Amino acid sequence: MKFSGLKMSMVGLILAGALAGCGNAKDSDSTTSGSDDSKKTEASTELTGTVTAAGSTALQPLAEEAANEIQSSNPELTVTVQGGGSGTGVNQVASGAVDIGNSDVPSADKLEDKTKADKLVDTKVAGIAFAMVVNKDVKVESLTEKQIQDIFSGKVKNWKDVGGNDEKINVINRPASSGTRATFESILMKDAKIDDSLGTAQDSNGAVEQSVNSTPGSISYLAMSYLVGDKKDALKVLKINDVEPTTENVAANKYPFWAYEYMITDGEPKDAVKGFIDFVSGEDFADTVEKMGYIPMSELK
Amino acid sequence: MNNKKNHNNQARIVNNVWTAIFYAIAILVIALLVFIAEKIITMGWGFWDTDFLFGAPSNTMAGGGIGPQLFNSFYLLVISLIVSFPLGLGAGIYLSQYAKKGRFLNFVRLCIETMASLPSIVVGLFGLLVFVTLADWGYTLVGGALVLTILNLPNLTRICEMAISSVSASVKEASLGLGATKWQTITKVLIPTAIQEIITGVILTAGRIFGEAAALIYTAGLTTPTLNAAAPLDSPVNPFNIFRPAETLAVHIWKLNSEGIVPDAREIATKSAAILIIMVFVFNIAARLIAKLLDKRFKGSVGAKPKKVKSKLIS
Amino acid sequence: MKGQKKSINYFVNEYIGKTIVTICGLLIVVATISIIAFICGKGLQSFLHGNISPWEMLTSTDWSPNDPKDKSYGALIFIVGSTLVSIGATLISTPIALGIAIFNNYISPKFGSTFVKPVLELFLGIPSVVYGFLGVTILVPFLRNQLGGVGFSLLAGIIVLSVMILPTIASISDDAVKGVPFEFLEGSYGLGSTRWQAIHRIIIPAAKNGILTAIVLGLARAFGEALAVQMVIGNTVKLPDSLYSPTSTLTGILTMDMSNTLNGTAWNDALWSLAMILLIISFLFILIIRMIGKRGMQNEQ
Repeated sequence: MKFSGLKMSMVGLILAGALAGCGNAKDSDSTTSGSDDSKKTEASTELTGTVTAAGSTALQPLAEEAANEIQSSNPELTVTVQGGGSGTGVNQVASGAVDIGNSDVPSADKLEDKTKADKLVDTKVAGIAFAMVVNKDVKVESLTEKQIQDIFSGKVKNWKDVGGNDEKINVINRPASSGTRATFESILMKDAKIDDSLGTAQDSNGAVEQSVNSTPGSISYLAMSYLVGDKKDALKVLKINDVEPTTENVAANKYPFWAYEYMITDGEPKDAVKGFIDFVSGEDFADTVEKMGYIPMSELK
Repeated sequence: MNNKKNHNNQARIVNNVWTAIFYAIAILVIALLVFIAEKIITMGWGFWDTDFLFGAPSNTMAGGGIGPQLFNSFYLLVISLIVSFPLGLGAGIYLSQYAKKGRFLNFVRLCIETMASLPSIVVGLFGLLVFVTLADWGYTLVGGALVLTILNLPNLTRICEMAISSVSASVKEASLGLGATKWQTITKVLIPTAIQEIITGVILTAGRIFGEAAALIYTAGLTTPTLNAAAPLDSPVNPFNIFRPAETLAVHIWKLNSEGIVPDAREIATKSAAILIIMVFVFNIAARLIAKLLDKRFKGSVGAKPKKVKSKLIS
Repeated sequence: MKGQKKSINYFVNEYIGKTIVTICGLLIVVATISIIAFICGKGLQSFLHGNISPWEMLTSTDWSPNDPKDKSYGALIFIVGSTLVSIGATLISTPIALGIAIFNNYISPKFGSTFVKPVLELFLGIPSVVYGFLGVTILVPFLRNQLGGVGFSLLAGIIVLSVMILPTIASISDDAVKGVPFEFLEGSYGLGSTRWQAIHRIIIPAAKNGILTAIVLGLARAFGEALAVQMVIGNTVKLPDSLYSPTSTLTGILTMDMSNTLNGTAWNDALWSLAMILLIISFLFILIIRMIGKRGMQNEQ
């Protein structure tokens, strides 16, 4: 009796596995039909083998989507994408555990050991723009870099001092190790220092989005990939120096707050790894890149 | 005299007030659970949709499912039980039948208690260090299963030990008296008698590791490759390959809440939370039902005294 | 001949069985020791190879591992945050848990075993991410509406944790109260005392050690809880100046920064040191429980 129960549960498990597999098969069918033209161009160079990538959570959705699409046109190719954070990405590629390390920052910025950094090759695969976001009750449309520095270093504590209504500013930061925050610090804060004893810190883009959305008078910074679809309306996106965060403005060098996303390899990428990286940064995938809120490399040249 | 009567009256009033307070506390706690369960289930209303339950997640569009995550949660649970149950049973037998009182046993108990009180994030970091980095497996299902084993083993050991040692001494002596060896007594008498309590306990702990997230973030990873059951077993896309990354449902909630960029991230998170809660209920009810069933079956046939279903879990 | 074979079989069976179960027991010891060894081995790095003094880490409130000029690794804020949030949760939880223990044993055992105990088991089963999720979606907005400010706070952490540790404290107190000999109660009734008088004069003092154990275990669980607290406490790197101000915990800073920092950097090493501190504190809790247990045995003799 005991054993038949066990058997039953194993059968259930295998069924569930098959179902999970089926669900995916269905999904990959639909993506195939969606990316027919990419199939034609890729057909000449059929990719095989396995590619593993890990790292940046900001790049992860894009990389996963790219993996789905490239696998549907190259049935012999398996691409697995894992998260873990930029640090994990660089770590794992340096130790040889994965083929590609995804990172928000160049590998040299993360690695202290310079001899290791020399071996690693960083390939820019996409750009990502960031936006200053505020709660909808804030009556400010644009901030200058100086104003942003004053707010995050704690010199300005009320919205009325930067042209808004009389309301306390609630600063929301990312944790010190975040790639988004590193970009924010180097581009906008420059020499000013973020005062971490102000406001609160949220672990991730999603948590920032939620707390800006629900906290009156709050301000933070978010990757534009989190501001697509319905979410765009939940928050207020500010201009910086009166420039809107759009792909065109980034390409025209008018909007400063953006960064590259990197795929890092140990030595020059080869074979399937190269194929995958080329696909992510290439023309065929550019539409999806833009749709997902990233900036295609073709726009940045 | 009058004074004393007043005093008695007062004491009785105080007594009644406190009885009311105790009732209030009990009802408050039950109300709190009902509130929490009701909130989660209404927020995640519609979770039974099969497209959602078994569908593939989407990175870009609304309407993705949680099929792989749900499968991973169960598969991980099964793998970790395959590892941890024999170990827990063995350790339970050792502690209840073979271990001799003394310094060493004391030390073993200290270890079990320490293990039971380890913060799950510390266990996760240990997994990151040993299974992910040192063993060079990367984020894998088996790494996650081993970490869950560490989290679960102290409880399993305790359950097995208590179940076996609660079998009455007379049953054990009767078996030994009939010429059975110690090992025969353990396998043929003690374990069958204790099995009901053991199974109940195992299912209850299973319900708890089903929802573990903190430790798995660092070991089983945050992603699931696009699964394909037809792929060879050593391929990372075969659902049964234990050396592939496997995001579980609880981790999925955490990820959606933190990095989800699909438009309906919130909805998927609430529905997943509803499913997790319902699974907890199912595990609890299953434990009770199975206990009742086994109780009927074993009572009489083995002649053990009927025992109350009881599980003492710490941490 | 046959008899001899049987006895060999007997011997082999007994011997193998005993060996296997002993190995299982030993494995627990080995696993525990290796966890401690690995975590401490990593955690001690920053004191051995880095220039961080353990004293500075334990007493300084200056946590700025990313400051380009003046890095410092004071963890006092996180230690204080973890301590306050656990103690606060235990203060709320203990009276309720005690009430439940007494209710289940003396007021209405029938109602207790059919409703209250199963409910506690369900509480224990609710995953910590779900508690955190509820905290963010219900509790934080509620606090913000009632008290103003951002809502993410020490108080929110305390409330979430107090629900999470309630089943732990309640079930162990329940056993402790149950362990009080029935004669104690009868004796008290015999002297003319009411039920309440018997409970608070006789039962609770008699179950004191078991209740203390329950409290310490609850504290230990609260101290080690990671995701739920991190989601609601605000993660501000600052000592809390009131119950309603945001702060950080050891587990919170670990979940946020561990995956984004690189192996071998001073920052990453410092985080491992925090993990070691967490481990040591949870071990201290176990030692305290053992001391309580020993005292209980001495009292009985």
